[in-house]
Amino acid sequence: MIKIEKLHKSYPIGKDSLHVLKGLDLHIKEGEFVSIMGSSGSGKSTLLNIVGLLDGHDEGNYYLNGQKIENLDEKKAAILRNKFLGFVFQSFNLITYKTAVENIALPLYYQGMGRKERQKIAMQYLDKVGLKDRANHLPSELSGGEKQRVAVARALATKPKVILADEPTGALDSKTSHAVMELLKEINREGMTVFVITHEEDIAEQTDRIVRLKDGVIISDEKVNKSVNV
Amino acid sequence: MNFLFDKDTWQEIYSSIRKNKMRTGITIIGVMWGIFLLVVLLGAAKGVENNFNKLFGNFATNSVFVWAQQTSKPFKGFQEGKSLTLKVSDLESIKSEIKGLEFVVPRHQTQAMAINDFKSGTFGIFGDYPELDKVQKKDMVYGRFINDNDINQKKKVCVIEEEIYKQLFDKDVYPIGAYIKINDINYKVVGMYKEGQIGSGGPQGNIHIPFTTFQQVYNRGDSVGWMMITGKMEYDISQIEADVKLLLRNLHKVHPNDERAFGSFNLGERIAQVTGFLTGMQFLTWFVGIATLIAGVFAIGNILLITVKERTKEIGIRRALGAKPWEIKRQIILESVFLTSIAGALGIIFGGLVLMLIDATIGSGPDAALTNPTVDIPVVIIAAVTLVVLGTLIGLIPAHTAVSIRPIEALREE
Repeated sequence: MIKIEKLHKSYPIGKDSLHVLKGLDLHIKEGEFVSIMGSSGSGKSTLLNIVGLLDGHDEGNYYLNGQKIENLDEKKAAILRNKFLGFVFQSFNLITYKTAVENIALPLYYQGMGRKERQKIAMQYLDKVGLKDRANHLPSELSGGEKQRVAVARALATKPKVILADEPTGALDSKTSHAVMELLKEINREGMTVFVITHEEDIAEQTDRIVRLKDGVIISDEKVNKSVNV
Repeated sequence: MNFLFDKDTWQEIYSSIRKNKMRTGITIIGVMWGIFLLVVLLGAAKGVENNFNKLFGNFATNSVFVWAQQTSKPFKGFQEGKSLTLKVSDLESIKSEIKGLEFVVPRHQTQAMAINDFKSGTFGIFGDYPELDKVQKKDMVYGRFINDNDINQKKKVCVIEEEIYKQLFDKDVYPIGAYIKINDINYKVVGMYKEGQIGSGGPQGNIHIPFTTFQQVYNRGDSVGWMMITGKMEYDISQIEADVKLLLRNLHKVHPNDERAFGSFNLGERIAQVTGFLTGMQFLTWFVGIATLIAGVFAIGNILLITVKERTKEIGIRRALGAKPWEIKRQIILESVFLTSIAGALGIIFGGLVLMLIDATIGSGPDAALTNPTVDIPVVIIAAVTLVVLGTLIGLIPAHTAVSIRPIEALREE
């Protein structure tokens, strides 16, 4: 599903440049539940941005769903994002003046789906995350956990191939964190590839595979012993 | 262009506008003010122009008034300070000697009390020929102006201004055929006209009687009070003025360079000055109007730029969710077009209301400062469309800014 070969990325800082990713190789198959671990500055957010087509890479190859990603203009990137990727952010990133159901329907709007159908699908996903009764609430009227569940529903609405979650529990307490992780696990059990970025050990341990990043290189890539969780 | 008719496009715009009331309000006020000012300015300028047209409109524009004064130079044995009087014979000389004349109309003028029953007033009394009606158009309400028959038979008839009717007659009384008494002589009223704006001889209005009657009643012999001379369109009225005065100096044995012996008032020159003033004022109005519009356009651009800055994150989210750059641009531009159109319409409406208010308060009656202030609808619509188009072009800048920020940077913004 996601295949990365010798990926390099550097950011210019003034006259110098900061080499953030130093030749990553990573292969994530369909249906995997992977977490990227690393402290801040390890390059994990940069990796997510590149994988999420929010940023380009300098060197190496990146295949998404078998398609080689290169020379993307913004329009193509937008279409691919809409088609293949669903985002869940640490700060939820819901549109503040839209209700829960409108937020979920937004990516469908950009797919060109009709209003009624959009509304119907959005309600289905809202029901799936257990917030059907909150459909017409604005994000400011929802709790942190509820906001993140709306964000997950929004990520799912377009039936993407991969869910990219950037510190999905970073702004939540342990109880709601748990609920959100349970939701992600459930989505994964239904066959969705889920890609989580975190710096919290206990969050990473709930995934199937942990990739540890340090200073722009992968230092370990191991399967979590399933029996621990079961 | 399908998206223009897509309900969803407008739903998006509507919700974005409705949920950002402050921003919407400021944009609308800015644009509305620009259009409002333009409408009121143009209307006011038109009102002033109408006012001038009303003042001069009933005069032939290439006219000059000539009257006799006193000599200021000794000549042919006469001391300076000799009083001069225009004669009827001068008219004939002028008519035969000067080229390019349309009319030469002699007039007499005095002031007297006019009485009707128990009502009276002091008015300007004029001795006139029928030709006056051609030089200074009389807008007759009832009856007629003086005719040749009145002149030939020295009839005791008079034509009155509406103002005099108001003072001497009861309301709703038909004045034609009534008699009013001036200096103990009864004159039959044969006509009434709407008051003009200039050329008023009396403090409270004008009464016109036949020239010949005036000569006889006031014992003026063959003298002429003053004369109105109208030139043909293709002749220069200033040249006619100079020629007439030179001829008069010659006829009356006055020093050829004695400029003060005969006075004159060149209406043509005055009107040319006023026309120049009006042209200048229109230029100023347009200049201010267009400057205001440009300021309005920049205001829109500025607000949109702030808006985009404020919405960076939202735009980032939308793009992460799969909005194409063009879709983002389109929404920003449509929002601006929608807002400016609404604001422009409101500006036109309010401007129109203010003009109506001006019209209702100071826009009518003889003392009106502005007469019938109006703006041409096409002009206003062109202005509004210009504003919208320029606003959109300016709106392209923030729209471009919005999509040039990488979504990842936009999302980082807190």
